[in-house]
Amino acid sequence: MKFLLTLALSATIAATASTAFAGGHDGNPAVTARKAHMQIYQHNLTILGNMVRGNADYDAAAAQAAADNMVILTTLNQSTYWIPGTTNAELGDETRTLPAIFESGSTAREIGGQLAAATVALAAVASDGVEAIGPALGPVGASCTACHRPYRISRN
Amino acid sequence: MRRLLIITAFGAIATLAGGLWVTRPLTVDADTVSAIEGNAAAGEMVFALGSCASCHTSPDGDKAVLAGGREFTTDFGTFVAPNISPDMLNGIGNWSQVDFFNALRQGTSPDGKHYFPAFPYASYARMTDTDVANLWAYMATLPSSDQPSQSHRLTFPFNMRAGVGVWKALYFRTAFVQPAGDTERGRYLAEAIGHCAECHTPRTALGGLQNNRWMAGAPDPSGKGKTPGLSPAQLKWSADDIAYYLETGLTPDFDSAGGGMAAVIEGTSKLPPEDRAAIAAYIKALPATE
Repeated sequence: MKFLLTLALSATIAATASTAFAGGHDGNPAVTARKAHMQIYQHNLTILGNMVRGNADYDAAAAQAAADNMVILTTLNQSTYWIPGTTNAELGDETRTLPAIFESGSTAREIGGQLAAATVALAAVASDGVEAIGPALGPVGASCTACHRPYRISRN
Repeated sequence: MRRLLIITAFGAIATLAGGLWVTRPLTVDADTVSAIEGNAAAGEMVFALGSCASCHTSPDGDKAVLAGGREFTTDFGTFVAPNISPDMLNGIGNWSQVDFFNALRQGTSPDGKHYFPAFPYASYARMTDTDVANLWAYMATLPSSDQPSQSHRLTFPFNMRAGVGVWKALYFRTAFVQPAGDTERGRYLAEAIGHCAECHTPRTALGGLQNNRWMAGAPDPSGKGKTPGLSPAQLKWSADDIAYYLETGLTPDFDSAGGGMAAVIEGTSKLPPEDRAAIAAYIKALPATE
């Protein structure tokens, strides 16, 4: 089941990236794939976050599916789209990724590990009610921020 | 002719002396300030919202140690945040509470010089006596670093501290910028301790905040990207959205804060919910600017 989900998610990312690419987007394919990956994180986080904020009713199945998706997203091999030479320094406004992410001393991989652990913890409680999700969502958001702080440009 | 020259010379000297007097570094009333008893536990919250750590921690060091060394590239040159840990030699451990008040309230150093306004004393100057004393008490409890402070690397004439006196005469105003309205607490947190406008308000060529474009967004202090405008036309979030963002760093569409704002969120996440709500109410009440 998990394998199928992984496969489906990988296909979705590939489809999103290629659709954007084919739809007149002549950008860097690595950047397009990164954005697609991030969008699917965001999509699932939105489902959970809206339940926590009371913007949506709690739905155990939907919450579990979203949390499981996030776990799977952290397990995908992303090495073909996180590559040096595809940052804001080389591509300008096309990407907000800063070169520091690929430089020595980068903590991105370590933060990725923290995100993976946080999503596993989130998935473990996603069916236990909205009160359980809120605290588990904190470390997930903190991991996002931990990476965005040093490695992503602030935008207007 | 000679008489005219003498009068002119005297006039020039008097103007210069007057100018230097007007722009001299000012100090607080030492007797009043030294009598205030700070509370370290209460100061932790001031420290968090004041985001002292976001500028004064070493870029690759321990987040709890205010060793300095972080660089800020601006149109005037590169500022290097100093060591403000309690180290007696290289930090501010040998300061008195009066020295600390002079720094935050007047932008004046213990040796009577102007601080450059990269240190946001123009905002901190609005803080209450109690909050300044509490912050001082809390900072004395933090770990020390013996890392020496580095010199700023500024271009002429901006490297002349006397020029900061002119800057202060032009821009240093301790009055709050926005009316209190229903959000006096929010205004205090945002305009004094939180110093939001220091990044979110555009500046003049001389580095003064453009109060008529308050919180309209500005180039990011890191030199890359922009800080967003927060005025009603620019930020459509609800007050709840803003409060949730200040708590979690998550936007209404569940993107996360990045850059300097991530450091700000570290502080605002520690505030009581009512203070986050107060800041949100203040932001929602901002006037329309672009």
